[in-house]
Amino acid sequence: MDFFNNHIKLFVAALSLFLCLTFVVAILPALNNQENNAPLPTMTSLSLDEMEGKKLFIANGCVACHTQQVRNVEMDKVWGKRPSTAADYALNKRVDVWRNTATLMGTERTGPDLTDVGNRQPSLEWNLLHLFQPRAVVEQSIMPAYPWLFEEKSTLSAGDIEINVPDKYRNSTQKIVAKKEALQLVAYLQSLKQAELPDGSMPMKFLYERKQKSENTAESSLPDGQQIYVANCQSCHQANGEGLKGAFPALKGSPIVLGDDLELYVNIIMKGYDARAEFAVMPAVGSNNKLSAEEVTALINHERSSWGNSAKKVSKEEIRKIMDLIQTTKQ
Amino acid sequence: MENTKELFSQSGIIITLVLLLIPIIVACFIFINRAKLMLKKLYFNYEKKRFSDKIKMMNAEEVKALEHRVQELSFELSDDELGSSREARDQKGIVDNVNQNSVIRFLDIKKKSQAPHEYNPETVKLIIWYISTATFWLVFGTSVGEYLGIKFTAPDIDHISWLSFGRLRPVHTNAVFWGWCSLAMLGLAYYVVPKVSNNQINSLRLGYATLLLVNGAIVLGSILLMAGINNSGGEYREYIWPVMVIFGTGIILSLYNFYRTVANRKTHEIYVSNWYIISAMMFLLVITVVAYIPNWQNGLGETIIQGYYMHQGVGMWFMLFNLGLMYYFLPQQLNKPIYSYSLGILAFWSQILFYTLIGTHHFIFSSIPWWLQTVAIVGSVGMVIPVVSGTTNFLLTFKGSWKKLTHSYTLPFYLIGIIFYFTGSLQGTAEAFRYTNLLWHFTDFTVAHSHLTMYGIITFMLWAFIYTILPRLTGNEPPQSIVGAHFWLAFLGLLFYTFPLMLGSTLKGLMWMESKPFIEGVAFMAPYWIWRAIGGSLMWISHLLFAYNVYRMAKTEIQFETPTNPVEILKVFNENQTEAIH
Repeated sequence: MDFFNNHIKLFVAALSLFLCLTFVVAILPALNNQENNAPLPTMTSLSLDEMEGKKLFIANGCVACHTQQVRNVEMDKVWGKRPSTAADYALNKRVDVWRNTATLMGTERTGPDLTDVGNRQPSLEWNLLHLFQPRAVVEQSIMPAYPWLFEEKSTLSAGDIEINVPDKYRNSTQKIVAKKEALQLVAYLQSLKQAELPDGSMPMKFLYERKQKSENTAESSLPDGQQIYVANCQSCHQANGEGLKGAFPALKGSPIVLGDDLELYVNIIMKGYDARAEFAVMPAVGSNNKLSAEEVTALINHERSSWGNSAKKVSKEEIRKIMDLIQTTKQ
Repeated sequence: MENTKELFSQSGIIITLVLLLIPIIVACFIFINRAKLMLKKLYFNYEKKRFSDKIKMMNAEEVKALEHRVQELSFELSDDELGSSREARDQKGIVDNVNQNSVIRFLDIKKKSQAPHEYNPETVKLIIWYISTATFWLVFGTSVGEYLGIKFTAPDIDHISWLSFGRLRPVHTNAVFWGWCSLAMLGLAYYVVPKVSNNQINSLRLGYATLLLVNGAIVLGSILLMAGINNSGGEYREYIWPVMVIFGTGIILSLYNFYRTVANRKTHEIYVSNWYIISAMMFLLVITVVAYIPNWQNGLGETIIQGYYMHQGVGMWFMLFNLGLMYYFLPQQLNKPIYSYSLGILAFWSQILFYTLIGTHHFIFSSIPWWLQTVAIVGSVGMVIPVVSGTTNFLLTFKGSWKKLTHSYTLPFYLIGIIFYFTGSLQGTAEAFRYTNLLWHFTDFTVAHSHLTMYGIITFMLWAFIYTILPRLTGNEPPQSIVGAHFWLAFLGLLFYTFPLMLGSTLKGLMWMESKPFIEGVAFMAPYWIWRAIGGSLMWISHLLFAYNVYRMAKTEIQFETPTNPVEILKVFNENQTEAIH
């Protein structure tokens, strides 16, 4: 056939086929998505510091291990309140003349998804210590440490934020202070909060829903308290319940955990705590992660019976009553 | 348990299991053959005994008759009826080059490469430059990879910003992509393109220009990545645009060079290798331009382009180019034509048609349009057509030449490359399904897959081609024992690398689906990451051996070879005589 023996015709044909397909599956959908997209009214643009933090996030290749997408499947529910939509990415634009729009979605989840990390882990102290040495707070973590975002000083100057690093992870007795870059990177992480849709609705359903266990009133029907602790509390209060000196208080032997003031206990879990100057601020872990009464009950019972703690178990009904009260006072 | 039951009814899982079973089935086949042989032996002994029992019954007369007959049958000529006892001579020079030294066969001696053939020494030099620099990037890139693998089990091994995981990861991937694979492919094309055009290369200077530009781009790109200057993290487009402009210019120059060579070919038809090679270069330029133009990269536009780019980089550049080289080297090495030229053409067009569609299968369940995700899944299934037609074509070319496999040090590389072409590519199809995305997406399964393909397919094929052609161009053979060690270390290393990762990440995926705390999955992977580091170390050692082999093949031999054939001996003798007269 002449076609196969004519280099011009052959290569032009192959190139045209490829170009046509490229237009249909890449360029046109990309243009279409770019044009027909707008941020949600509840979203805000990044501040200058947050923008610098995003650049650091890119420069250090964080996207190699951290995704920023909540897929519309049940198993991704732990990373956000709702599945991500196109609008969530509408503010993501070209960084500067040298660099393209940031690849945020990612393809590997070697570390946790960061879509909603600003809600899940808002504590500045925790984030700084975690950046300086992840294993100081999460023993099993394999995340790289970023000590070059910090400096050692003999005396603090005004405005310096000192990081309380356990002795095991420091080389000198000097004070470890966050550089501007560390604060910017944390500012970016804290800005990552999944925006609510204006009418509070879900953009789509989570697929592959798991069969819910039937609602039983029996004690055995409560979820696994230890798992709830590992997922929500352990990164600060640690696996041994002893916390970190000067940063996160111990739950082992804690009067609040062991005491009878359940109202205060549930309140701290749901709405956070900032009553003690020597420790970091505790975020509203319970509301941020939408813990249910069953989950809070299981969590409290776990904390009251672990690490040598031994206090009376609480019932689901007591906790639900307190949580309903918190809910009403909030509004 | 219900969960497990559900798992095994998923088509993606079933396909993967079948693919993993292929080597096991081959082993079973061999085992059954062995068992059959043993049964036959038992039967043989039984028959033998029955016969000897029967023979015992013979009477003296029968025995006598047999003895008589044996004597008659043993008549022989004396062997010198027609000649005498004179010395035998080979007057026509028919018997030559007889090896009379028997050696202990500790290592099986493979067939030597075909005799070196006359080829433009300047072109040979250029090809050696390409292959040597490619080998450098292989060793460099995989050293970085090895270090990254170690970091999974020892995250505090260093605290230097330039060596931190997020910065080094793209250094590894880009160095092996653009450095090792691309330079090796281009170097081999500088042999294949003129060869199948029955022509000389259009311009050697353009070849050197590409060599310089591509190498320069990777040096610059790697340094920038380590300094924290990247193009915003999209996989395989981490080099910022000025670096890619340098790289792309290099590709343009060689594309022009190859195109002119094909246009001025001395053959009537365009051999299918050149279809693949020229198209791969055109497509690489297209995808790079599409990926780097900022006009359609806001918001989700970036993600859609990223999916397209990273998959076309693999499928339209590396795979297409390597298939082109395969269509030349496999028939050449087996010394027979490709089984079916038409299958090659079918694979070519179907590869373009389906591969282009599948990019977004990296973003299943994400917020990119649902129809685009479905198109990608359908395209992934369509990939069965080019993959099966390609594999069939190569294996049927092999058919009838399987005996050559045991006597060749290059053919095992071809065979492994072809087998992984089949299993690796179809694994990609299985991974694209929606259910398997729940299980495997975001885990190290993807990493295992990319090594099965970029390493098992592309790298094994490139090794096959290099071992085929370099000895023929320079006349220097690599030491066969080291080639063997290279092959086995690389192959076993790849299995140790990928199988634990696939198993571990499947179990981790199940943990995620049960909403286990995230950190439990991280801790769970630790032993599997150690296995990955062990496999990676084996692979890395094999690359050092390969680099040594390249050195042995490429270096100019200054070595006195004692003449063995009569012509040369006589020549030296006569030279001595003439000198003595003067």
